[in-house]
Amino acid sequence: MTLLRPQSGDIPLPVPGPLSAPYWEGCAAGELRFQRCGACGGATHTPALMCAVCTSADLTWAVSSGRGEVYSWTTVWRPQSPAFEVPYVPVIVEMEEGWHVLADLVGCEHDAVHIGMAVEVEFFPHPAGITLPYFHPRP
Amino acid sequence: MAQHPFHDVAIVGIHNTRQARVLEGHDDRTITMEAALGAIADAGLEPRDIDGVIGPYGSDFLYQARVGPAWRSMSPLGIPALLDGVMAIASGMATTVLFATGGAGSYTQRASTAPWTRPTNEFVACYGMYTAAEFALMARRHMHTYGTTAEQMAHAAAVVRNNGHAHPDAVYGGRGPFTAADVLASRMVADPFHLLECAMTSEGGAALVLTRADRADDLPQRPVYVLGGGTDYYGPAYQHPPVWDLGGHQRADLVAGNVGRRAAEEAFAAAGLGPGEVDVCEFYDPFSFEIVRQFEAYGFCGPGEGGDYVTSGAIEPGGATPVTTDGGTMSFSHGGAAVQLLQRVLRGVEQLRGDCASMQVEGAEVAMCTGGGAGALFTDVVLLGKERP
Repeated sequence: MTLLRPQSGDIPLPVPGPLSAPYWEGCAAGELRFQRCGACGGATHTPALMCAVCTSADLTWAVSSGRGEVYSWTTVWRPQSPAFEVPYVPVIVEMEEGWHVLADLVGCEHDAVHIGMAVEVEFFPHPAGITLPYFHPRP
Repeated sequence: MAQHPFHDVAIVGIHNTRQARVLEGHDDRTITMEAALGAIADAGLEPRDIDGVIGPYGSDFLYQARVGPAWRSMSPLGIPALLDGVMAIASGMATTVLFATGGAGSYTQRASTAPWTRPTNEFVACYGMYTAAEFALMARRHMHTYGTTAEQMAHAAAVVRNNGHAHPDAVYGGRGPFTAADVLASRMVADPFHLLECAMTSEGGAALVLTRADRADDLPQRPVYVLGGGTDYYGPAYQHPPVWDLGGHQRADLVAGNVGRRAAEEAFAAAGLGPGEVDVCEFYDPFSFEIVRQFEAYGFCGPGEGGDYVTSGAIEPGGATPVTTDGGTMSFSHGGAAVQLLQRVLRGVEQLRGDCASMQVEGAEVAMCTGGGAGALFTDVVLLGKERP
């Protein structure tokens, strides 16, 4: 068994663009942000110009509770590149506000993951500078 | 039924170059051109009979053959590009179209996964994502929802790999036979996928020639007709979370996990056929679960029944719907970044000509060829027939 930890190697890191900068700025500030629709109240991720629920352009940034459940997962043993330590566990998390986000699981043994697992966001500054969201189990 | 415009088009020439893990002395351009000239020769034609081209080196072909002015598709790969050529011919924009593709020399950093498996994107790359992990997230959701098992997926992989074991030109020909237990004993890549459930990386070229059906009878090969086709896309591959339930706004069951369903419905409607009339399933096989998934998506079985379907004997040689008869991307070849997205079509043509070198389906009249997969948020379908509708 392996305790899952954030990656600290020379991995490919996000280069924020005009649409995504508020998301990554939120991570640096310890907030997991998503776009909330002024027309229907729906939640949108990844950052977009249209609401994922109703296509309205009336989107404003909101702060997530950071809590959700694992929707799907995989444990990776053959890494994308040698910069990644294995195993790592990419998960899709269904957030309490109804949106899906992809990140890696940390803070538990690799074989503890399961669909429906209650998780919460945790932010880790990568040594190269940008702060990435990960998820760890919550009670 | 009324004639569909696709029915005016036939495939009259095909060629696969040698496929290998590495093709020394080749690059994308040379292996693509070798495939192109092979397909033109197979069709009994000369380079200057071509008046339309598809593929990244199509324009290069036009220049080398000094055959311009000509029609050119800007669609780069796979069944959508094939259908571009079909539509060009059906609408009179071209008469004889070459579709050539090839890959060699681009995968050099072998400690990493192949470059085409890991597009850079700010929401996935930093988490170590690449194709196997993307497809695994779809497979895991299906296992959770329907109880599909690792053994069922491994069986599908064993069937495909055993077809490749028997194909003389397969990169992994003669490496089997495999059982589901052998597949499950191979090392884990991205859970639930073991090594033998994943596509290989390799190099090679593939090409075909399309022309008007009324001209096909004058050519040496038995023509194979385009009965119908369709393309389903839910967004760019490998940039957003691969959520099974993505979509559903048009119709509740049209979600990313079922991608290809609408394309198959359109293809069957154009052909006037249904799943029960398909003789051979040349399904794209990037990962074992995609075989399970496609039989559900296209209506060969119901939701959640794919695991039972692939272990029922139906997909083996001699079954009702033999699958991926040359070993596909797991055993025959991947051919580079895009070649494999055409190779199902070539094998479908061979099955209908009756000269497939492995697992020839006796009396095959209808072949279903596909490309893509749920993990990539797209699936394309084309139905080929031995007789013109």
